[in-house]
Amino acid sequence: MRTAFIQQLMAEAEKNENIFLIVGDLGFSVVEPFAEKFPKQFLNAGIAEQNMTGVACGLAKEGYTVFTYSIGNFPTLRCMEQIRYDVCYHNLNVHVVAVGGGYAYGPLGVSHHTTEEIGMLRTIPNLTVCAPGDSIEARQITSLAAQMQGPSYIRLGKAGEAIVNTSAVSINYGKGIQIVDGEETAILSTGAMLKYAYDFIKQNGLKNSLYSFPFIKPIDKDLLQGIAKKYNKIITIEEHQLSAGFGSAILEGFNDLCEDGVITMPQLKRIAIPDIFISYAGTQEYLREKAGLVLSP
Amino acid sequence: MSEKSQSIVKKAKVNCLKLVKQANSSHIGGAFSIADVLAVLYADVLTFDTNDILSKNRDRFFYSKGHACSILYAILAEVGFIDHEELFTFSQNGSYFTTHINHNIPGIELSTGSLGHAMSVACGAAYAGKIGQQNWKTYCIVSDGELDEGSNWEAIMFAAHHQLKNFVLIVDYNKIQSFGNVKDVINLEPLRAKFEAFNFNVCDIDGHDHDAVFYSLSATFDNKKPLVIIANTIKGKGVDFMEHELKWHYKSPNGIELANAINQIEEA
Repeated sequence: MRTAFIQQLMAEAEKNENIFLIVGDLGFSVVEPFAEKFPKQFLNAGIAEQNMTGVACGLAKEGYTVFTYSIGNFPTLRCMEQIRYDVCYHNLNVHVVAVGGGYAYGPLGVSHHTTEEIGMLRTIPNLTVCAPGDSIEARQITSLAAQMQGPSYIRLGKAGEAIVNTSAVSINYGKGIQIVDGEETAILSTGAMLKYAYDFIKQNGLKNSLYSFPFIKPIDKDLLQGIAKKYNKIITIEEHQLSAGFGSAILEGFNDLCEDGVITMPQLKRIAIPDIFISYAGTQEYLREKAGLVLSP
Repeated sequence: MSEKSQSIVKKAKVNCLKLVKQANSSHIGGAFSIADVLAVLYADVLTFDTNDILSKNRDRFFYSKGHACSILYAILAEVGFIDHEELFTFSQNGSYFTTHINHNIPGIELSTGSLGHAMSVACGAAYAGKIGQQNWKTYCIVSDGELDEGSNWEAIMFAAHHQLKNFVLIVDYNKIQSFGNVKDVINLEPLRAKFEAFNFNVCDIDGHDHDAVFYSLSATFDNKKPLVIIANTIKGKGVDFMEHELKWHYKSPNGIELANAINQIEEA
């Protein structure tokens, strides 16, 4: 996903000399092609994420569309107030990109588990919050970010994730995508859980529907309305704490539609991390299982 | 040069006192410590056009002391960015004149109020100016207590590393922060040596001497370092019962104090 991001960003920079990438001293073997090809549009701000984010704002005020890039919680939690007050309040074209969403850096420990940031970020006005499910979604979201007005957060996986979408898919701002059209339960996934959810459905004879939500904010209420009308049971799955994450955004969306009298409240199961830190090492798959991020037939 | 800045600062300080009294708001002490520097900046240093506020050639001025905004609002009124009627909506319901500075006001580049933010944004602007080979400069005023925030030192290292010669930092060194003397809370000394060690050119001046402020802001150096002006100032400058007093970080004047203070400013 991170390679897809950098390739797409290079394609955008090719067309637009105002695209700017700032990294927080990370991106080894990923961002070098960008730095080599666009040296005037690249900066390594060092291990100083607060300043990196502020500098991004200064550049954005001068007309650049700036992507800040680092791993895990460093470009988000470490500089949350710069994101809220400098980036979002001033509604600048700054796009915060974190690589290694969820447990992608599992063995590195809790410092590198990126499992709370969506809840924190989606409360901030003006900020679009995205978690692409595969590299096709990552490419298109990077392209949308490069062209939109206002800030966004993009949660990427790591590298080598399998592709679920077909290359023909076209992602529109704020919209979800139907991946599998089944009859029974609808499974709603965000971020890199997509492949796991897709494999589960395939193994179970494609009875369930699968939707990918690369946008957590704004949440696709039109799609939610259709889902609520079609399915009796809905499951959300995400690599994030249960509190305030994707499942919560879906629950809020259903509630608001219900309040508007458009739907009746569907039965919703939220699969997410149950308010715990995991202190031991483990691969992403291992830690997901230990956190209960598991679909069962 | 000094005549214009002296006239501006006198009028602005009187209005500032009235604003703080009317709104029952804080920070008159820190407003008065930086008033002379602001007056010189707007009278004689900054390039700006009140008819074309976002003019590409304007100097970029970032005010990190967002809490001491009353004096900057008052100076913006004196130089024509806003009218006095608008100014006196300060802190009223529905007014953009919040008691920490607000970018919705013409002439304000950035909202501040949480300390340690503006210097990084200023560095980003200065970096853009440098790579775009622009002639305008970027100025940033920070308070002394604010230098406790680590983010400032990230920005200071960034400015020096990238040789942002077009960046001028001004420290309002009034020696008093929210809850005590700077030297007792987190001592900044040796401040000049710190900035020199961080590869800045340093001017250490009396921040109430308009000539000294002007000449330090106009100083040129035969190197590529950014410039910091350590403006040694007095909290509550110009009003005898406010000078050097921590309580004027918080208090607003009562009627008698207001009359007395205005009298002292006008007679000075």
